[in-house]
Amino acid sequence: MANLLEIRWHGRAGQGAKTAALVLAEAAISTGKYAQAFPEYGPERMGAPMKAYNRISDEPITVHHHVEEPDIVIVLDPTLLTVGDVKAGVPDDGIYLINTPLSASEMRKTLDLEGSGAKVYTLDATQVSMDTIGRNIPNTPMMGALVAATGLLELDELLEDTRIKLSKKLRPEVVDKNMEAIKRAYREVAS
Amino acid sequence: MSIRVGKTGNEAVAEAMRQINPDVVAAYPITPQTEIVQIFSSFVANGKVDTEFVTVESEHSAMSATVGAASAGARSMTATSANGLAFMWEIVYIAAGMRLPIVMPVVNRALSGPLNIHCDHSDTMGARDSGWIQLFSENAQEAYDNAVQAPRIAENPDVKLPVMVTMDGFIISHAMEVMEILEDEKVREFIGKYVPENPLLDVDNPVTLGPVDLQDWNFEHKRQQAEAMRNAKPVILDVASEYAKLTGRKYGLFEEYKLDDADIAIVVLGSTAGTAKVAVNALRAKGVRAGMLKMRVFRPFPAEEIADALKHVKAVAVMDRSDSFNAVGGPVFVDVRSALYDVDNGPKIVNYIYGIGGRDVTPDHVKTVYADLAKIAETGQVENPLTYLGIRE
Repeated sequence: MANLLEIRWHGRAGQGAKTAALVLAEAAISTGKYAQAFPEYGPERMGAPMKAYNRISDEPITVHHHVEEPDIVIVLDPTLLTVGDVKAGVPDDGIYLINTPLSASEMRKTLDLEGSGAKVYTLDATQVSMDTIGRNIPNTPMMGALVAATGLLELDELLEDTRIKLSKKLRPEVVDKNMEAIKRAYREVAS
Repeated sequence: MSIRVGKTGNEAVAEAMRQINPDVVAAYPITPQTEIVQIFSSFVANGKVDTEFVTVESEHSAMSATVGAASAGARSMTATSANGLAFMWEIVYIAAGMRLPIVMPVVNRALSGPLNIHCDHSDTMGARDSGWIQLFSENAQEAYDNAVQAPRIAENPDVKLPVMVTMDGFIISHAMEVMEILEDEKVREFIGKYVPENPLLDVDNPVTLGPVDLQDWNFEHKRQQAEAMRNAKPVILDVASEYAKLTGRKYGLFEEYKLDDADIAIVVLGSTAGTAKVAVNALRAKGVRAGMLKMRVFRPFPAEEIADALKHVKAVAVMDRSDSFNAVGGPVFVDVRSALYDVDNGPKIVNYIYGIGGRDVTPDHVKTVYADLAKIAETGQVENPLTYLGIRE
């Protein structure tokens, strides 16, 4: 792992990008790493495009500004691919993790990344969340996909911290469904 | 042992409030402070604190109820941001003038208008002459640490002044990061039991608080208030040194970062200090003698200490996250320049207004400030006394 890893989440308000970033940071912190998680707030309304960020490092992080050159970009909503520039600031060998029914090679074409050193992973997180949670909440499956794609954390570490975080807000059976979503995503994400 | 956790600034301050367990909290929600009140009210509802929580219909009432509770002898807190603080204004001065040791976290946000919910320091900078002690925080850890230290400072018999503990809206209030919290009993032991001097509820010793105070005594009382602010400086340092024994985290009136041998330096408050440290490190790696002074205590203003810390520097830039609209420069600049007036052959000093309305500030922005300073240090000439950093002209 690079000493400072920066992640940018693209989502629509209500899809859980902020929660995902918070859970990921907490999970990283509980393994002894340093981490930040913060959303970029604009006008707050359901469905509006929004971003959330993570920084994860083995050393204390003192900077407090937006992530401008993310190592990893995670797109929770495929319709955002045509709205903003999800590639902004991403280095040539950046990692893209996209919620889409398309294959990674199709997505590579869509993003105009053919021939680049970028790594592209796809997962139909909407389908996974519909099947497991029963609603289009792609954030937890995309966390499972992130862990599978990057090895940033162990799957068990993610599951444990997500359970703790979600249990504060959700009923136990809904938490269980989210756990299932993460595990399935972990298996199904593909490059 | 401290407990290592991931918390947002708002969660951290709500946690400090739970551990302080105030007798009374009267508060009204406003973005970006809302979570503090929301989380604290859940502590009240779940019986985690003994606090009487007063839900009020406005910030004017929040501060009024807090003043009433503090007058009665209760350890009292509230919290606000921006226009909420502005709406309290009348009572903010009364709290200080009545020498009530209220502690108020303020999550810094731009004052409207135009309407903006993001960070700048225009809200608390406007209150710099209100008679409140002001402690600024770089991150969630410092917001927590300042909040835990604040009751001890406010309630000290030589001080008896209200304290604002600030953190940058969204940038800190809504950002999760690693921090350490103390065990509940350690906080309780540290802040101790509050023994008010003349509480209204001491019915055996009836007193009147806040009566009319005209030409015969008002001046003397204001003179005492001014003295209390002077007294606050050593008290803040004493409390900090006791807190350092408990936590290992040392606080002063300000933090000097690589300032000892610096040729060029910036003065900054709040979250940008952490971003600036990265810029300083990068410049140091290239052999540039860059340093930083991060203010923690803005009121009382540590003028002599700042002059002493900066006297050897060739060029200083004061970073203001608010404008005074005085057509001269920002509030921190005016105070720091005044502090340096009596220094012989002191540094050249310039002002940068930045980050207004939440405008993002990166290490690269800060590096441009140091580049300007390097030029001033070399030539001894100031071309632009005031620069708006990162603005589109």
